[in-house]
Amino acid sequence: MTVIGPPIAQRQTLAERLDLIVTPIFAVILGIVGGAVWLYSDIDDTTRAILAPEKLYTQLIETIILGFASSVLVILVAIPIGIAVTRRGLPRLKNFLVDTLGLAQALPAYGLIVLFFSWLGTGMFTVIVALATFSLLPVLRNTIVGLEQVDQAVIEAGRGMGYTKRQVLFQIELPLAVPVIIAGIRTAIVINIGMAALAFLVGGGGLGETINSGLKLDRNPAILIGAVLVAILALIFDFITAVAQRYLKPKGM
Amino acid sequence: MSTPLIRLENVTKTYPGTEAPAVGNLTMDVYEGEVLVLVGPSGCGKSTTLRLINRLIEPSSGRIYLHGEDVTDIDASELRRKMGYVIQQVGLFPHRTIAENIATVPKLLGWDKARIADRVDELLELVSMDPKSYRDRYPKELSGGQAQRVGVARALAADPDVLLMDEPFGAIDPITRDRLQNEFLRLQQDLKKTIVFVTHDIDEAIKMGNRIAILREASEIAQIDTPEFILSDPADEFVENFLGSGAILKGLTLKKVRDIDLHDIPALEMPVMRDEALKVLEQSPEKTAVLLDKDHKPLRWISEASLNRTSQPIEKSGKPITVDLQPEDTLQDALGVMLQSSVGMAVVVDRKGKYLGCCSIESLASLIIGGYGAQGAV
Repeated sequence: MTVIGPPIAQRQTLAERLDLIVTPIFAVILGIVGGAVWLYSDIDDTTRAILAPEKLYTQLIETIILGFASSVLVILVAIPIGIAVTRRGLPRLKNFLVDTLGLAQALPAYGLIVLFFSWLGTGMFTVIVALATFSLLPVLRNTIVGLEQVDQAVIEAGRGMGYTKRQVLFQIELPLAVPVIIAGIRTAIVINIGMAALAFLVGGGGLGETINSGLKLDRNPAILIGAVLVAILALIFDFITAVAQRYLKPKGM
Repeated sequence: MSTPLIRLENVTKTYPGTEAPAVGNLTMDVYEGEVLVLVGPSGCGKSTTLRLINRLIEPSSGRIYLHGEDVTDIDASELRRKMGYVIQQVGLFPHRTIAENIATVPKLLGWDKARIADRVDELLELVSMDPKSYRDRYPKELSGGQAQRVGVARALAADPDVLLMDEPFGAIDPITRDRLQNEFLRLQQDLKKTIVFVTHDIDEAIKMGNRIAILREASEIAQIDTPEFILSDPADEFVENFLGSGAILKGLTLKKVRDIDLHDIPALEMPVMRDEALKVLEQSPEKTAVLLDKDHKPLRWISEASLNRTSQPIEKSGKPITVDLQPEDTLQDALGVMLQSSVGMAVVVDRKGKYLGCCSIESLASLIIGGYGAQGAV
């Protein structure tokens, strides 16, 4: 290798460098708060029953599954739609979709979950579909923006040299749109993990159950620890996508 | 020039929703090894015409031939891989290294790795960039001029017969542009590619083109011919206006100093005696001589008057010669030097600086009047 060009690290902006530091710091602080609540507040048998480790473990797994599955669903749906509407001939559909999904996001997630409950009944699947609908917009919008911000000259050069439309899409447009698309996915994942706390409403499980029990039985430590766990989980997922964002970003940009 | 390499036959492009065609019934031939420059005011359809050739824009009607073969309906991507394409904005792929950028078409054509690597290095050297230090860089680290060099290298990668260039040097500063143009002309001497070159700059057209097509609205050809012919005999008022007022001056860039007859101004070789010098000067029609040093390099203009005026040694009389010309310089350069010179003439030297003769404004003028007239005669 040659010794040309400043090392990549120097070219990162402050925001980029803080990105991978701030999230863990917040997660640790939240962890300390949770630990302090557990150690120093009045823990009775009821609280202990609510916060039983095996229960928490199940709920944690459920929340992860809910967040993960809905995010995968969003990615599988939103990115192809985003690609389709940025191809020639569908500009009207694009605006219609962005506006409609904006409406979906304007609805409270609570309402959306209940709405899907009346259609799909109880269970995790209902929650996954509801969450996916709710977080579709950021991924779709970022896919559209990411693809549209690719320099037209680069696309023209690619076409002019004999890339087919498909090759232009997969070898030029998508790689160049990756940073923006992943930013959208990141937003969606955090929304999904956070909103998965509402899954208990329709029998979807998750850490929301702990919070709910705490509320119903008036056990503040349980509420707090439940909330802290949800927040830490969201931060961990955010961190993972931030790492992905960094390493999937094409070199040379 | 037998069969044209590229032939556009009655090609029309009309965009949906518009009445007037962007390109209307255009028939044009491009011959092997020539640089055909399409030039015209903005919006005349010259870029559209270029993109019709590689079918980035599909013609509404008409046929396109390459090597005499109808390529109007073959797979457009396959067709484009046979033609280099260079655009003003360059359009290097920012996520790929310089080497990967240049390797684009060879990779599409399925060359093996070693062959691609060799070709990349060869091309980088061809466009005067050091392969070792540029191969693994990314486009954003390049200046505008360097980026376009890579753009040209990328277009040449699979050694296409045809090169399509859409204002390739349009976005580059004047000094770098001039250098790139010269390098490109030098390259073309060896490569002998068939090139269609679009520009809106008539000076660039005259400099780069073997033939120029001056286009007006809807890509209608107002005149297509060699630069010399167009300059000396514009087809109509449109062409005349497009050439601008300085057509004759522009023509000077086409001719070299070696094309004109050199004036035989007597030379005085150092060391020389005063009497001897006076004798030579008397016989010189211009009453002027050129003083040379012992290596035959011109030093000063000596005239009878300047010799008589002072009693100074001969090597200090007269006026110093500060600039000289070489046979490869254009007549435009020559005119500049003559206007600067105190005696209305310029000395011409060979590559080693040895005196060859002088050229004067008169000889330039007679070439313009006589030479162009003769070529322009119908």
